[in-house]
Amino acid sequence: MRMLGRTAQNLFWLSRYVERAENMARLLEVGYRMSLTSRREGGASEHLISMLQAAEMDEAFAERHDVADVDTVSYFMMFDPANPSSVRSCLEAARTNARSVRTAITTDMWESMNGTWLEFSQIKPRDVRGAKLAGLLQWVRQSSHEFRGAMLGTLLRDDGFSFLQAGNFVERADNTARILDMKYYVLLPRSSLVGGEIDIQQWTLILRAASAHRSYGHVYHDRYKAHNIADFLILRPEMPRSLIYCANFVQQNLDTLAKLYGRREACHEATENLLKLVDKTSMDDIFAHGLHEFLDEFIARNNAVSETLSESYNFY
Amino acid sequence: MGEQTPFDEMYNADGTIREPYRALSEWLAEQPDKGLALMQADAEAIFRRLGITFAVYGSEEGTEKVIPFDVIPRIIAANEWRRLSRGIEQRVKALNAFLYDIYHRQEILKAGRVPEKLILNNAAFCPQMMGLEPAKGVYAHIIGVDIVRVGPDEFYVLEDNLRTPSGVSYMLEDREAMMLLAPDLFHRTKVAPVETYPENLRRTLESVAPDSAGRNPVIAVLTPGIYNSAYFEHSFLADRMGAQLCEGHDLFVDGGKVYMRTTTGPERVDVIYRRIDDDYLDPLTFRSDSMLGVPGIFDAYRAGNVTLVNAPGTGIADDKAVYTYVPEIIEFYLGEKALLNNVPTYNCTDEDQRAWVLENIGDLVVKEVHGSGGYGMMVGPTSTKAQHEEFKAKIKARPDNYIVQPTLSLSTCPTHVDGDVSPRHVDLRPYVLVGGDEVRITPGGLTRVALQKGSLVVNSSQGGGTKDTWVLED
Repeated sequence: MRMLGRTAQNLFWLSRYVERAENMARLLEVGYRMSLTSRREGGASEHLISMLQAAEMDEAFAERHDVADVDTVSYFMMFDPANPSSVRSCLEAARTNARSVRTAITTDMWESMNGTWLEFSQIKPRDVRGAKLAGLLQWVRQSSHEFRGAMLGTLLRDDGFSFLQAGNFVERADNTARILDMKYYVLLPRSSLVGGEIDIQQWTLILRAASAHRSYGHVYHDRYKAHNIADFLILRPEMPRSLIYCANFVQQNLDTLAKLYGRREACHEATENLLKLVDKTSMDDIFAHGLHEFLDEFIARNNAVSETLSESYNFY
Repeated sequence: MGEQTPFDEMYNADGTIREPYRALSEWLAEQPDKGLALMQADAEAIFRRLGITFAVYGSEEGTEKVIPFDVIPRIIAANEWRRLSRGIEQRVKALNAFLYDIYHRQEILKAGRVPEKLILNNAAFCPQMMGLEPAKGVYAHIIGVDIVRVGPDEFYVLEDNLRTPSGVSYMLEDREAMMLLAPDLFHRTKVAPVETYPENLRRTLESVAPDSAGRNPVIAVLTPGIYNSAYFEHSFLADRMGAQLCEGHDLFVDGGKVYMRTTTGPERVDVIYRRIDDDYLDPLTFRSDSMLGVPGIFDAYRAGNVTLVNAPGTGIADDKAVYTYVPEIIEFYLGEKALLNNVPTYNCTDEDQRAWVLENIGDLVVKEVHGSGGYGMMVGPTSTKAQHEEFKAKIKARPDNYIVQPTLSLSTCPTHVDGDVSPRHVDLRPYVLVGGDEVRITPGGLTRVALQKGSLVVNSSQGGGTKDTWVLED
């Protein structure tokens, strides 16, 4: 069993970038939606800025733009080549990685990736407004699903598959943790059990940003509650974007690698370390120790998984 | 040659259809209005989606382009191909013998059949190769022979490509596309398959593995990377052969052996099909500023621990100035007359010939000795007076830097252009594999077509396209 270390690296980042492009599109979608429904003066801009924060782009944005409105924010998050996490930059990076490992992915995966990039690169930012923006954001998400579907349907279950999956879920864990961290204060337990209108709006935003606003109802059969929302996105093992789900998934794939290669490495320890944070704990415990501190720690340990993985398998 | 109407491969002189083209001409007549145009659009979409692109150096917008593909195949009869392939085999055997001799005893120079100065002072001569024993004595394993046709029975070799000939992926993808686009045409004719090429390439590479290699030699394709103009082809061939596609930094040399860096540690490599030029192969032996190569790889090669395909220094046998001597080379090593003709070539260092060339430049083709890809050449009849003068000055300044040939009236083939079918000039590059065991020639090869009316320049970098090439079976 062998694969170039560089190939493993390209596969890992290929799927990280595909996932990131999808998450960026989702965040912008939420920001756009919230900005439309905001009735307060300046509310639209605030929503867009909080989305930029979740994407960790607020500072870079402020360097280039004075006003955060739908046009400037959507250009920056979608198209700006100077923004390394814009959808455009992510898709281009994903496609470049895919091109480097064409021999390690299937034709279906390549065609999906290449087709997405070719189509996206022909869109003129000027033409994308209003309903067109919403449609394009949906298309970006669907393209990501298509790529993942091509992978699940056609790729050999070998080491390459595990590297792709690990990249996908390390990125997703990072994204969910950041969304929670951006709004952690609205999830803290307070004396009033029932949220006000602003709380509800913030909670909806969090759930939507994690594609979780519909499934929430199926799991909790209840109105939005801060405690449940945090529980859903952190500790629910059946929620495919929750921290525990992602951490478990990464572990499974790294275990597969350990079996294939007959060796456990530093990255396996790092993953166990990550999993310890979310395993056999409860939201009450997490709140008692501080939600923000918990999320910070989670993000750091998740990064450690990515770093040790690249050392363990000779990414260079 | 000259002003007369060029030979069209579909028609006899009396306007009737030539036999090999009968089925195609019937099929063409049956195509509905716009049928070919739709097919052309489909083909373009297929190629772009598959990412079958090449990069044009120096072009501003988008570095990747799809090479134009013409939906009308070019057809070669079985008996025509037999003749060609015999001539090609003879040629590649002689060129390999020549390389062995040049890098060993240099008998042909001692015999005065090829001028010593032409070889030893040539930039393509690689002194580091002297005395080195390549596996099974093969230097040029992968060869493209550029052939043009000027009449029903008249073929000429335009040049040999012994360094890293490219384009074979287009030959394969053109066939794939053609089978998708016109399956009914394949039902009516018996076409020799080309899809055996990757398997034959693999066998050829395995046949020259070092003795130290196991039963299944580890093969790597060495590419300069994704920004190289032929990157698609590198990944395509690696994929079809099931070989690793490596960049220079994926490989390293330790104790005179070559390894690749894998997820489980170093893995020994036996044969490297390198698509990196000699100069960049090893910064310790050749250009020290090369970032693309593998330090120490030449020493590993010299020690016989790895096979490089093609060997460094093969360029001495496809140099345009050496080309003139190929018929001589064939006679010297094989004791046979050349089966394929060379294009008559004028030597500008000879005073009389030079005077004649300068006088008649408007009718001639001038090529830079070390140029390739259609750069640094001038086709007299389609160039301006100013260009004629420019090249006359160049020839006077450095007569040894140019070869001059008559303008051949290249054959034409029916080609789909702007909704119509009209004749366009073509050439042919068959691909030859020389193994330690046998010579394998894929029937057909890559047909390049000059899409501009009247143009004789078929290079893709100069706006040329490709056609699927059919060798008919008896």
